[in-house]
Amino acid sequence: MLGYLLSRLLYAIGVVFGVSVAVFFLIRIGGDPSALFLPPDATLADIARFRTEMGFDRPLSAQYLDFMGRALHGDLGQSLRYQEPALRLVLERVPATLQLSSVALLLALLVSVPLAITGAVYRGSALDRTGLVISMVGESFPSFWLSIMLILILSQHFHMLPASGNSGWQSLIMPAISLAAYSTAIITRLLRSSMIEVLQSDYIRTARGKGLASGLVIFKHALRNAAIPTVTVLGLQIGALLGGAVITEQIFAYPGIGRLAIQAISNRDFTVVQAFVMFTAIVIVVINLIVDACYALLDPRLRKG
Amino acid sequence: MQFLKRFARAKLPTLGLLIVVIVMVDALVGRWLTPYDPMAQNIMKRLMPPLGVDGGRLHLLGTEALGRDILSRLMVGAQVSMLVGFASVLVSGIVGVALGMIAGYDDRRIGRAIMALTDIQLAIPFLVLSIAVIAVLGPSLWNLILVLGLTNWVQYARVVRAECLTLRNREYVQAARALGASTPRILLRHLLPNVLPAVVVISSLLVARMILFESSLSFLGLGVPPSIPTWGGMISDGRNYMANAWWVAAMPGLAIFITVVAINLVGDRLRDMLDPRLKQMEG
Repeated sequence: MLGYLLSRLLYAIGVVFGVSVAVFFLIRIGGDPSALFLPPDATLADIARFRTEMGFDRPLSAQYLDFMGRALHGDLGQSLRYQEPALRLVLERVPATLQLSSVALLLALLVSVPLAITGAVYRGSALDRTGLVISMVGESFPSFWLSIMLILILSQHFHMLPASGNSGWQSLIMPAISLAAYSTAIITRLLRSSMIEVLQSDYIRTARGKGLASGLVIFKHALRNAAIPTVTVLGLQIGALLGGAVITEQIFAYPGIGRLAIQAISNRDFTVVQAFVMFTAIVIVVINLIVDACYALLDPRLRKG
Repeated sequence: MQFLKRFARAKLPTLGLLIVVIVMVDALVGRWLTPYDPMAQNIMKRLMPPLGVDGGRLHLLGTEALGRDILSRLMVGAQVSMLVGFASVLVSGIVGVALGMIAGYDDRRIGRAIMALTDIQLAIPFLVLSIAVIAVLGPSLWNLILVLGLTNWVQYARVVRAECLTLRNREYVQAARALGASTPRILLRHLLPNVLPAVVVISSLLVARMILFESSLSFLGLGVPPSIPTWGGMISDGRNYMANAWWVAAMPGLAIFITVVAINLVGDRLRDMLDPRLKQMEG
């Protein structure tokens, strides 16, 4: 078990290292990054001065070593607009995004898990078909359109919820629903189909045959095995939630890291964009490590791997 | 033909296929069939509700803030959605299948490097990555296709690799190798045909997601230049008039929704017919 986790940890560190290379080259794929940071009316002299100031005129390898060296000390550069460390700007906004995405994830699980289980157990019933329709619809809506329609109906028409900002739990409801829609659809569909598969397997028939209560069979025997593929996808869904938060936060003017990233892009504040990508990547890698650990708990065969 | 007959045994997916065909035909020739000039502004006719009649002529889905006919703009907007949807899937399919086959056939150093690349790719939320890359490169149709294509190859690579790992030990592959077939020949002649069903299924479902992503990027103003009508861009325009003209934002959203549902229905049916195991591979 320890060996398995240790090897996953080492691998995760490698992945973060790879992400750092990607983030480093992100602002350099278009050539000289100086032009990217400066307004379009900057003079050539401005650009030249900026280039030396930022060290963009040095060899790429030296620039990367410098970037990595500082990144290891938690320094991802200065925001040119706010004159503050980029990482601090991102970290300041993390709690808001964390709040939004955890509420969205919770919502997605609360809807999808019961739907998937009842759907699989009472396959073909009205409830099952409702679940399938919900997941088909949730998967096919553009989330930003759902957000706009929610604002139209719930805040502009019925004046029930605030359309933007972050003022208490009411501000979380609409963004969380829009953000949760896609994950709800994916989790319902996946958990339902793996539940169906597990329920048809021999050991479930044995468990039923020896007279176990059907609740026990479903929750203790079947769900535990059906959960394995779902847990992997859950890890991927957290990436999707963090990505989706970019759009949702923008629409609801919700002060999280996604909105910060969009603002940074329109302000040409690319150090903040870099810090944002680096931060989300590390979060996703850590979450996947946790998923790997859950795997080992759910499936003892993996502990030896 | 027989395949199509089998496909048509399920009613809903057949309806989906019909819608997909209509949208595709519309994307190809729709610009010559629009009831109005999609670009013609007429401030006298601004924000007319659906079924509004002006001068004896019907605006089926109403008009937007500059008096342009929404139906005509939707018909032209299908072009970008379909082009980006299919072209970016083609790009990711080629990249993903090639990398997946190499990783599956040779699971030593190169194969492991490719799998590490998939994990790096998955660690960066793809929407974040595409927004950042387009901000750096500047928005254009080709940048959009390239960015969406090059950030969505992972699913292909993973599935194709898993298939190749089992296929390469089959007897017929070993026989081909013993007869002196070169690696490219084994990959292209003996492995590729066997991974194609999975590739078709992934592609059909990915097109739907790409259309959603394209509309999101267009909505954020990071898609094609705003002079070209797109469904996502139309929703973004319509947002400002929501309080008194809901249809401006609602209609393009419905267009996206119906198209994506139709493609998903077709994709699900293809999966059930070609490769039901793929149910476990979603993400």
